[in-house]
Amino acid sequence: MSYHFDFLAPFDYTGVLVKGVLITLELIAIGGVLGIVVGIFAAWARTQGPRWLRPIVSAYVELIRNTPFLIQLFFIFFGLPGIGVHITEMEAASLAMVINLGAYSSEIIRAGIAAIAPGQIEAGLSLAMTRMQIFRHVILPPALQKIWPALTSQIVIVMLGSAVCSQIAVEELAYAANFIQGRNFRSFEAYLLSTAIYLILAIGLRQLLRLIGHWLFGRATIRSAV
Amino acid sequence: MISFSLWDIVRNLLLALRWTVLLSLAAFAMGGILGLIVLFLRTSRQAWLRRVTKLYIELFQGTPLLMQLFLVFFGLALFGLEVPAWLAAVVALTCWSSAYLAEIWRGCVEAIPRGQWEASSCLAMSYLQQMRHVILPQALRMGIPPTVGFSVQIVKGTAVTSIIGFVELSKAGTMITNATFQPFTVYALVALMYFALCWPLSKFSQSLERKFNATHRN
Repeated sequence: MSYHFDFLAPFDYTGVLVKGVLITLELIAIGGVLGIVVGIFAAWARTQGPRWLRPIVSAYVELIRNTPFLIQLFFIFFGLPGIGVHITEMEAASLAMVINLGAYSSEIIRAGIAAIAPGQIEAGLSLAMTRMQIFRHVILPPALQKIWPALTSQIVIVMLGSAVCSQIAVEELAYAANFIQGRNFRSFEAYLLSTAIYLILAIGLRQLLRLIGHWLFGRATIRSAV
Repeated sequence: MISFSLWDIVRNLLLALRWTVLLSLAAFAMGGILGLIVLFLRTSRQAWLRRVTKLYIELFQGTPLLMQLFLVFFGLALFGLEVPAWLAAVVALTCWSSAYLAEIWRGCVEAIPRGQWEASSCLAMSYLQQMRHVILPQALRMGIPPTVGFSVQIVKGTAVTSIIGFVELSKAGTMITNATFQPFTVYALVALMYFALCWPLSKFSQSLERKFNATHRN
């Protein structure tokens, strides 16, 4: 036991760490927003979409939900060039996150849609709304409101999962930790510090999403209560 | 230059699949035992025990599994322990899954009506007796579908252990890719094998959920 901890050592590379945090945030911003858009579309396709589209979207959701994110990432980054599609690390990582969150969030959103009372849809039909208008104005807002907490957890899980993007050399936070320990051999300190930063990011992200939910649905809640 | 037939690739991947299955089983079994202990502490009557275990759960749910793996792998080595990759993988996956399982089961314990606790404490049962004879038999029944569902997360979680050098399905996929230069085929096969493991579990969990919900409604 001659190891001396030096928890200040990783701070010699503050720039690398800051860049890592920014790229992690960029990944979750792209993945979060586009992932939910894909999720909403997939949920629509599986509940209201044309019949031929349903099995295709179901296959996508089942395939993504039952394979590891790491393999999805490798398949996109290493596999696609094999058939002539060339993309950068960052594009591959963003794409993998969007595809991954899209599948998970579609299942969550679908549960929210299932919880909408049929009477609401009938009421919309009696107002001569089109099926698209009903989905957009009658079904989606209360469905999203109901499942917002579950969606929040899923987004945090996807953010934490983005750590494996370091494996295709995306310079996010886990990559920064690997870089630092490769330079000063203080692996434990580097990983402990980056883990702590991930924890702060996860707590911050959860709070941010809570605020967004409040901003999006807060007034709706009050209106329905009145 | 050795050439690889498709069968060579499949055979080698299947050999590595064994380790994914073994690691998943170990993580599930040990994570379940540790999770049960965490559950007991999380629902105990001592406020400080509840607070400490809440922190434990938040720590493991709020940080990436990859970082937990690295910390175990490099952290234990600092204390002069020789840590093989498989040991670090088992330790990290056990702690990680125990936090999630304890939280899943806590939801089930809290769904048991208060009156059950009160009635059993009227019978002068201790906390452990209440848990063992009254609460857990009811709560675990409810907990079976989400527990089976979480086993899918564990199988997928084992893929991350390839990064610290444990040769399971993902690592084997990377190694075979490096030898064959056929990433598209190899990773598609790897994904299919994970799917073959996880999909039946997902379906089983869904059917259990339907069954339990149906009995609930009647």
